[in-house]
Amino acid sequence: MSGYIIEGATGPWEIVVGLEVHAQVISHAKLFSGASAEYGGEPNTHVSLIDAGFPGMLPVINAECVAQAVRTGLGLNAQIHLMSRFDRKNYFYADLPQGYQISQFAHPIVGEGQVEIELANGSVRHIGVTRLHLEQDAGKSMHDQDPTRSFIDLNRAGVALMEIVSEPDIRSPEEAGAYLRKLRQILRYLGTCDGNMEEGSMRADVNVSVRKAGEEYRTRCEIKNVNSIRYVMQAIEVEAARQVEIWEAGGTVDQETRLFDHVRSETRSLRSKEDAHDYRYFPDPDLLPLLIERDWVEGLRAALPELPEAKRERLEKTYGISRYESGVLTVEQGIADFYETVAKGSDPRLAVTWMLGDFFAALNRTGATIETSPVKAEGLMELLALITDSTINGKIAKEVLEDMFETGDSASVIVERKGLRQVTDTGAIEAEIRTILSAHADKLAEYKSGKDKLFGFFVGQTMKAMKGKANPAMVNELLVKLLAE
Amino acid sequence: MHDLTLASARKALRERRLSAVELTDHFLASIRKFDGEINSFVTVTEDQARAGARAADALLATDNAPSLCGLPLGIKDLFCTNGVRTTASSNILRNFVPPYESTVTSNLLADGAIFLGKMNLDEFAMGSTNMTSAFGPVTNPWRRKNSDVKLVPGGSSGGSAAAVAAGLALGTTGTDTGGSIRQPAAFCGITGIKPTYGRCSRFGTIAFASSLDQAGPMARTMEDCAILLESMAGFDPKDSTSVDRPVPRYEDALERGVKGLKVGIPREYRPDTLPADIAALWDQGIAWLRDAGAEIVDVSLPHTKYGLPTYYIVALAEASSNLARYDGVRFGERVDAGTLDELYEATRHAGFGEEVRRRILMGTYVLSSGYYDAYYLRAQKVRTLIQRDFLNAFEKVDVLLTPTAPSAAFAHSERPTDPVQIYLNDIFTVPASMAGVPALSLPAGLDHDGLPLGLQLIGRYFEEETLFAAGRVMEKAAGFTHKPALHAGAFA
Repeated sequence: MSGYIIEGATGPWEIVVGLEVHAQVISHAKLFSGASAEYGGEPNTHVSLIDAGFPGMLPVINAECVAQAVRTGLGLNAQIHLMSRFDRKNYFYADLPQGYQISQFAHPIVGEGQVEIELANGSVRHIGVTRLHLEQDAGKSMHDQDPTRSFIDLNRAGVALMEIVSEPDIRSPEEAGAYLRKLRQILRYLGTCDGNMEEGSMRADVNVSVRKAGEEYRTRCEIKNVNSIRYVMQAIEVEAARQVEIWEAGGTVDQETRLFDHVRSETRSLRSKEDAHDYRYFPDPDLLPLLIERDWVEGLRAALPELPEAKRERLEKTYGISRYESGVLTVEQGIADFYETVAKGSDPRLAVTWMLGDFFAALNRTGATIETSPVKAEGLMELLALITDSTINGKIAKEVLEDMFETGDSASVIVERKGLRQVTDTGAIEAEIRTILSAHADKLAEYKSGKDKLFGFFVGQTMKAMKGKANPAMVNELLVKLLAE
Repeated sequence: MHDLTLASARKALRERRLSAVELTDHFLASIRKFDGEINSFVTVTEDQARAGARAADALLATDNAPSLCGLPLGIKDLFCTNGVRTTASSNILRNFVPPYESTVTSNLLADGAIFLGKMNLDEFAMGSTNMTSAFGPVTNPWRRKNSDVKLVPGGSSGGSAAAVAAGLALGTTGTDTGGSIRQPAAFCGITGIKPTYGRCSRFGTIAFASSLDQAGPMARTMEDCAILLESMAGFDPKDSTSVDRPVPRYEDALERGVKGLKVGIPREYRPDTLPADIAALWDQGIAWLRDAGAEIVDVSLPHTKYGLPTYYIVALAEASSNLARYDGVRFGERVDAGTLDELYEATRHAGFGEEVRRRILMGTYVLSSGYYDAYYLRAQKVRTLIQRDFLNAFEKVDVLLTPTAPSAAFAHSERPTDPVQIYLNDIFTVPASMAGVPALSLPAGLDHDGLPLGLQLIGRYFEEETLFAAGRVMEKAAGFTHKPALHAGAFA
């Protein structure tokens, strides 16, 4: 438990949250038409007559969208329903061409599953997934193009969405954030949704209620279409606080649909329960029940990529890295792949230390991502090899890595160009040490009289004199010998 | 020329005794002459028909003429036709010109058919009188003996039926949701078949009730219907409910006969109120089949009485949703108004006629929260029972014989004001629609007023061939050669 509690005047309140995530399916074509499902494009250029709801047009299911939903279900360890069915959800809106949305109401393609989340304190929770179903997206209404008229862009109309509904298992904004991040991570690993919340390819409806410990659920409000993880967390916080205030003032929370205004950090009523649509769901008579075969599902399962949890465990076992390190490395598939390439050609411990340290720091500083990084896995591998074979020491390596990010040159080129090769000539190091010792006769005397700490001073002076290029182990060794003379 | 059937015209064209241009010009002239009174066409496509006829003549001069090459047909104005206005006889689509062709009409065009124009119908195929059309009612070419009272052609494919009866087309396409091919065929003294649900693609056909709508041919003879259905039918990947199985050569089944065929007579189709003429004709039909070697078996379809109410729940529920797309936003007529909701209201009020509005309201009602279980869900369960009735019956018999409609054509002025009375017209045709089994109507005789009456044959799923064979036997026995009062031949 995350122990997120709202301390009200009447005592502590617990929050109860369930999330409905709409995730746009990655596919070339729309759910029921051959039109392009690609994001963007000039308005109304990715629209077929089916999407525009012309008379006599009929939907035909796109098998790839079904496969993507099944893959996602498998990734969520969920039941796959071999029989599912499409229903019509009827309502009028200008960007809903048919006057109904084709969705799966009574018989979704995916049933109960689970998402494991990890919280900042290291604790682990399991959030239940109630169901996942396929449905069509609506078009886009644009009210800001003209003072008196609205415009409609149907590019998005008919694009396949997966609605992933969680159980009301979430108990804090932090858990909601962790759930969404984990879900997005799984979808991205599976390649079933790009999880891009800015472009709207992942959106969340947030159901929030509050209660006293041990109580049944109280009335919930649904906050529609929140489009960032941060806003979801904020919306839960302010909505829960609003509800506590109402209950404590002796009022009752009305079941309603609300909007989150992130500028004013408040939720506002969109429509009350009385105004709620009667969607008149019924089975779409244009489509037969969707029957899929066990063997086909097993084929998809066999071809699934390795998922974050499995990858984490394998990385820990194979490379001897920590739970924390495996977590960071598997946030994105690209990072894990990068690491594995480096780790296979280097000391895996050295590799993780460098990636999580200087390499990520350099990415952050330059605004690059793992994909756009000017330093590729092979480049980092070469740098680490230079450390391992004592061509350069760690301190010099940091300088070389920075140079690599700036110039795009390889580590060895930079080492040669700057003459950074480590000095391993014992004679040269010994001569330098003798010079230092004679230049600091006073310090040497102090050392000899018992001030052991001055050893570090002599190391520092030697390294400084040799511009950092001396082999640190040799400096130590020789200094011990010469101080003992 | 007026006594041509589709089959005999095909032969004449093949033998070059007749040109497609001559044939087409004849029908265009007949339409000009008679359709002012009948009103069976919403749109006549003269130029396209003539151009098609010229192209057909060129093809007929080669050895590569397709099966329907040069044969002029009328197309119910519910089938979208590329570049040709398609209205569903509704104001809301008054000026709608689709940029696409329905699969059924594509199939006919690919086989060389010529389209004379688009046939009038009840608005959005909702009706059994063809009086709900925004383009005016169709008048049945038949008259009662010694009477000038105008009669309805039945519906919804009233224009399609009337045109064939009056000799204004060799054949027409119809659609049948609860009897819309069979009942007007019976009222107009022609033949029409509603094939098995899934036999013809629904792609590009304006939907009324998706789980029931099925296209089929209407023509003068069994043979003509067989020829047309073979072209119209077939699997279409663009319609998920169309069925992937080969289309037989229906013509080859026509002369199979009925020897040994078991014909079921469902007792529930003989209510006390059944007019004596119809009961007698039914008995006559039974005798024809028995005489031809069929075995007559009494059967029961116990859920028949629930057919009509469940049909009107399922069909209208689907219709209320199917017609939501006519909102004035993307195509069709629009009545501008202040807000979006007002635009919807004004557009749909002006665009839809009274019967369509009534059906949308009823369909919306039965799907509403709190009513869904009592109406829609219950109706679906009863629908399963009706299907089971047919499956049980077809374990004992091969086809069923029933009347097509509970009356002959009635006058425009006699049209009941109570919609339920009108819905009763569908009482014998609706059950086969609910089950999805194929059924045809053929003209079997005249009533005491001299009006045609139809008999209905219902078959097993995808056994249209058996229907054609049994229908052909009855057609020969009936020898129905009566002509309506209004007929191109009578004035030629």
